[in-house]
Amino acid sequence: MEDLSFQHKARSRAGGSKQTAIIGVVASGNLEVLVERVLPGVECRLEIKTAATGFGEVWDAVVADFVERHSPGGLKFSINDGGARPDTVSLRLAQAVRLIEENGQ
Amino acid sequence: MTAPIKHTAQSWAERAGTTSFNEASARTRLELLLDAGSFVEFIGPEQREVSPHLRIFDLPEQFDDGIVVGRGRLNGSTVFVAAQEGRFMGGAFGEVHGAKLIGLLRAARQIKSIPVLILFDTGGVRLQEANAGELAIAEIMRAVMEARTAGVKVIGLIGGRSGCYGGGGLIAGCCSALAVSEPGRIAVSGPEVIETNRGVEEFDSRDRALVWRTMGGKHRRLLGAADVFTDDTVEGFRDAALELLGLIEPFGLDRLKAEQVRLADRLRSFGACADAVDIWAAEGVAHAEMVPELPADQFIALANNIGRTSRDAR
Amino acid sequence: MTLDEILASLFPGGHAVKNDSGIVFGSATLRSGGRALVIGIANKTAVGVDEAIRLSGYVLDSLAREAGPILVLVDSDSQRMSKRDELLGLNEFLAHLAKTLIFADMNGRPTIGILYGHSAAGALLATGLATRVLVGVPGATPAVMDLPSMAKVTKLSMEALQEKAKSTPVFAPGLSNLARMGAVHVTWNEAVPLADQLDALLISMPDAHDRRDILGKERGGRRKAAEIAERVRDLALHSH
Repeated sequence: MEDLSFQHKARSRAGGSKQTAIIGVVASGNLEVLVERVLPGVECRLEIKTAATGFGEVWDAVVADFVERHSPGGLKFSINDGGARPDTVSLRLAQAVRLIEENGQ
Repeated sequence: MTAPIKHTAQSWAERAGTTSFNEASARTRLELLLDAGSFVEFIGPEQREVSPHLRIFDLPEQFDDGIVVGRGRLNGSTVFVAAQEGRFMGGAFGEVHGAKLIGLLRAARQIKSIPVLILFDTGGVRLQEANAGELAIAEIMRAVMEARTAGVKVIGLIGGRSGCYGGGGLIAGCCSALAVSEPGRIAVSGPEVIETNRGVEEFDSRDRALVWRTMGGKHRRLLGAADVFTDDTVEGFRDAALELLGLIEPFGLDRLKAEQVRLADRLRSFGACADAVDIWAAEGVAHAEMVPELPADQFIALANNIGRTSRDAR
Repeated sequence: MTLDEILASLFPGGHAVKNDSGIVFGSATLRSGGRALVIGIANKTAVGVDEAIRLSGYVLDSLAREAGPILVLVDSDSQRMSKRDELLGLNEFLAHLAKTLIFADMNGRPTIGILYGHSAAGALLATGLATRVLVGVPGATPAVMDLPSMAKVTKLSMEALQEKAKSTPVFAPGLSNLARMGAVHVTWNEAVPLADQLDALLISMPDAHDRRDILGKERGGRRKAAEIAERVRDLALHSH
């Protein structure tokens, strides 16, 4: 297992008012993303525990791209990864943001 | 903001009717099974109560340890629910996973009037935590019986990808009633384990048709090992749960005695049958070999005709 | 200890317990007075539908006619692994046996499991783990799954598993591991007459309240189970 951590400043704060959301399952080729609206301003943080070691640079690129596209300001993402491909990671991150920005509590 | 709420309620019902229970995640099953927006989780993933044992094996954790427990409403009435995530570690029971269900059952025992729905999706004990998992299952069995003795209806819903195997099968056997779908399977030993231990002649684990005839939802329904068969939608399981809630009677010694008779009769009647098809034929099913092909509604009618349930004897 | 040695040591005044091809049943007079129903599995016999239905029948018959504790002697294989047993619904037969024991225990017939040989998986759940108190006799070899099978499924070597087993009691087979988990209440001393130890146990029987998770916490084998169960119970009680 490998632990990775990324911090970014987004363009803007994420919309909606929900405090947490969760998506995905920890399994081979899959991952779970827990997102919490706990950071100030436009700060964004991703804490990753991954079963696939040595892919730090790939995560770096995927995360940077994600932050650029979705402006997840104020959100902390905690990820348990079972060795998902980059496109699956991007999908889950996008799903997580959509969920926390949804109406409801 | 009333228009969006109405739209959401409609699409919730539509989604429940078209979403495969088998393919849905544990969370999606609960979201669509329970009344819209009624679910409240106990020890949710943000609590990060993960397994303390998986890191010894360098395995990834899941924040809810593979089971979602909480409270919700079913047609307006409160129910306690537990849904296993069959894709995380095969939905297997570990220390934390099992403890969440035990706490729920103990609360139900104390309150007495709130039913418990267990959405099984498990291969049994999580080997990396084998002793803790086995013990959790033993404690769950005890907790189910204590709750039932206090008047609680404990219903098992079985239709997930990992089936209901190992100790999960024993817990299911302790429930007040069970609903099962075609993809659901209930057994103690898995097909591969039987083949490894006894050889492919005894059981060919790659013969899917054989696996389903022996352990699958249709056979369990016809055997009386499950009480209600449903099609593979979340709405189907919801309706099945509601049906069972209306039918379950209090638990007592009479029930146990009736179960002894039911199971002994089953042994006498079918103990020499070589295959499920022989059992179905012996039960009076015409063209028994066609049962696996029957669509859900026809199968349900057939099963109700045969009339074998365990309703007063479980 | 063999089954005969165990029975002789438990009941020095004699007993009427038989071993019929691995199925143990009968009764005996306790040295402290009163009778006990004795059932169980011997000779490392697998527990299948045929064995389970007989044992549950003995328990139910006894409920109608007798009083006193029920001893469950265990030297079994795992559950019977066969097409026939699964076809006939083995999960129900094993659950039913466990239910009769749990019912007995909740209704004035305290159940004591005595694990003196082997047992595993579903067989253990239906017998020893379905009793109020599980006693281990030195030399017993309980397992959830044997290490070679575990190695195959987890894709680790036996050596790697054995190494990991040194640092945790949570997965490897063995009486002391199950004791630390809270499953085995007490391990008897084979140098002391079992009748003495049974007397002592009967006098100090805990009530019919499942405290195995608390025991596991006290002994350090399960640090999370009791706390998580209590927290969920609390949240559920205060939620409605």
